[in-house]
Amino acid sequence: MTDAATGNIGRAAADARRAEAEQTGPVMAADGRPLKQSLNRALRAQKLRALALIAPLLLFLLVTFVAPIFDMLFRSVENQITSETLPRTVVALEDWDAQDLPSQDTFAALAYDFMEAAERRIHTRLGSRLNYETTGISSTFRRSGRGIDDLGETQAEQFIDLNPQWEDPAAWVALMAAPDWIAAQADWAARADAADAADRPFDEAEPAFRLAGGIAATLPETADAYRSFATTIQQEDEDSPTAEEPWNTVYLALYRDLLRQPAATIAAYDGPQAALVQEAAGVAAGFEATDLPAFFIDMDDGWGDLKTWETIQTFSDPYTAGYFLAALDLQLTPQGIEMQPEEQQIYLMLFWRTIVLSLTIMGLCVLLGYPIAYLLSNLPMRTSNLLLILVLLPFWTSLLVRTSAWKVLLQQQGVINDTLVWLGLVADDARLALINNQVGTVIAMTHILLPFMILPLYSVMKTIPPSYVRAAKSLGATNSTAFWRVYFPQSVPGIGAGCILVFILSIGYYITPELVGGRTGIFISNRIAFHISDSLNWGLAAALGSILLILVLALYWLYDRLVGIDNVKLG
Amino acid sequence: MDHKLPPYATTGQRIWFYGFRVLCGLIFFFLMAPILTIIPLSFNAEDFFTFTPGMLAFEPEAYSLKHYVDFFTNPDWQQALRNSVLIAPMATLLAVSLGTLAAIGLSQSHVPFKGTIMAIMISPMIVPLIISAAGMYFFYSRVGLQGTYWGVVLAHAALGIPFVIITVTATLVGFDRSLTRAAASLGANPVTTFFRIQMPLILPGVISGGLFAFITSFDEVVVVIFVGSAGQQTLPWQMFTGLREQISPTILAVATILVVISILLLSVVEILRRRSERLRGMSPG
Repeated sequence: MTDAATGNIGRAAADARRAEAEQTGPVMAADGRPLKQSLNRALRAQKLRALALIAPLLLFLLVTFVAPIFDMLFRSVENQITSETLPRTVVALEDWDAQDLPSQDTFAALAYDFMEAAERRIHTRLGSRLNYETTGISSTFRRSGRGIDDLGETQAEQFIDLNPQWEDPAAWVALMAAPDWIAAQADWAARADAADAADRPFDEAEPAFRLAGGIAATLPETADAYRSFATTIQQEDEDSPTAEEPWNTVYLALYRDLLRQPAATIAAYDGPQAALVQEAAGVAAGFEATDLPAFFIDMDDGWGDLKTWETIQTFSDPYTAGYFLAALDLQLTPQGIEMQPEEQQIYLMLFWRTIVLSLTIMGLCVLLGYPIAYLLSNLPMRTSNLLLILVLLPFWTSLLVRTSAWKVLLQQQGVINDTLVWLGLVADDARLALINNQVGTVIAMTHILLPFMILPLYSVMKTIPPSYVRAAKSLGATNSTAFWRVYFPQSVPGIGAGCILVFILSIGYYITPELVGGRTGIFISNRIAFHISDSLNWGLAAALGSILLILVLALYWLYDRLVGIDNVKLG
Repeated sequence: MDHKLPPYATTGQRIWFYGFRVLCGLIFFFLMAPILTIIPLSFNAEDFFTFTPGMLAFEPEAYSLKHYVDFFTNPDWQQALRNSVLIAPMATLLAVSLGTLAAIGLSQSHVPFKGTIMAIMISPMIVPLIISAAGMYFFYSRVGLQGTYWGVVLAHAALGIPFVIITVTATLVGFDRSLTRAAASLGANPVTTFFRIQMPLILPGVISGGLFAFITSFDEVVVVIFVGSAGQQTLPWQMFTGLREQISPTILAVATILVVISILLLSVVEILRRRSERLRGMSPG
């Protein structure tokens, strides 16, 4: 048969198959669906089943672990406290040029903000926050919180002298509140009275205060200050604006409005209490004024210091790099980013010390771990399993137990010093200082982390065939050549794995340095803990934590590339 | 170096052989000595942290059980013990049940985003404890879990999960899938198959994962200090405070008890590992 004939037959067979396929369609599964579709559906079901098994744990971890980590990252840049506590001041300071003290208007904004903040008792919180940036602000804020009540008293007295109506909460409500709020409030009060009369418990809250429509156009600052007063006493003290005389700052705002608003605007006002307002407008110009900057500076000198205002302006953004800068010994000043003063630079030094001590511990672990792993992997299985227990037992023993053992052993009057004195190596009056310094941290942590070096080294060395070294020796290599040129290079992956593991664990250590490190042997973790529980500078703690986390994740990524996370073995 | 010295070894080789063994002996001594020293010290009749002359002369009156008596009668230590015993098993239960399910899911052949999911599940082991503690403190305060029993349990369960995932997935690697198929072909439903076929075979892995999770919670001190409040003071926390403030010899008695517990747990894990390898037809190693 010729080639052409074969080709013809082949083509004919293919044609026949195609014709058949056209008649019957694609291959079918038993249930009559196309096989491909059926397989896809099975695969999808399998994926869904796997995900359904994983989902509960994934959700659990997202809530209990991942969300907290992100919360910490968020806290390291979050700074809404300034704009939440002093909203008007922050706006007023936007175009301030930092040359002279801010204007009267800015001080007025500060007065309204501060009155509300002091009443809500949140001014000290902002004071402590800004104190991290400029020392002294905390006490300025605390003192001003006590004195702010009196600001505007002069104006209040003069208005009340003019017309006693200004003292009457009801007159103020009639002027300021929306008519529907007044109705709703009266309704609520009636229900409260009824409940009271019938001795029924009544825990419904008063309807939230609403400002009248037109008043903000006529008396903008007064409306704003009064709303601030009404909502604050409703929320904080569960008082009603219908029963409370406004804060003095509200009178101050009224005074400022009457002087500043064009006479025509006041005259055109025809809402409730128009006569009362217009009467006051006629004489307000003759009232005794208050010099706001002088009043504030009288409360605390800090308000006369440009630095206080600069700090508020600089940290008014809702997000800040300030904590991260502080964590790197930098600071944000109005002139830009600068180094902290020499005596306040501690964090770079602490990071550096953490890394250097961790490297020292890692090096010691290699030196001590390598011989042990080598011995274990070259002994017969039975003996090496027995000796492995000597490694695993410390590994399983509580961290606190091992740390307390070292604390007991390393003391000046402890077992090690006693032995050295007894042996005559050390004079009784020259006992070694082995604890509460870097030596203590390094000794205790090397002991604690040594199993983490031995175990990965051992698992790598177990797989190195002894025949390679024998072959090298039979070819004339000396013992040391055979070791360094043949055996050692094969054990390097184990050293790498062990080193990264020990280093990762070491730079995040907290307990052991805290207990045996004293002042010079502590790590960055101890500083983080200090800021969380003692100095309460959570933002800085979060920033330090974020930097440490980034460092660890980078190392972990390296570990995953070199060793693979699936190769993590326990025990 | 071989494990036996050949009869024809030179003097240099002999010195090297024995020298190396002595070196290893010293390192083993370094590993074990701290743990072994505190055991006799915990029976000290005095409130000292070193061996008294009487102890070195093995005089019976130099030894006493008074630090153990203190541990079992002091209300602070008893409360701490009670808290530890209440927190660790609950955290273990959560970690094991969720972790085993997820490990079974992860061992299926087609899992989308397997790498990412695995990374998230291992992360509590990778992130330094102080960072987990800080994050949990901030976040749990926001949601009202800070300073509560359940806050500590959830935090400890999260920390124990990586260990369960790692041990159970390792056991599942050697699991023969035809066994579940055989069960299914004989009419067993998936639930029966799971409890009668798969579970008994992976049980050693699940138990040793659980033991790891238990010891993680039982030993944990950083997270509990931040997430817990005085009402959740555990044994390690009490030891930590004791070591930082007034160091009392009762700590040594507690430490000795904890060492005994770790020896027991280590033995159980070792027995389980061997059993699991035998079940899967591997030689114990």
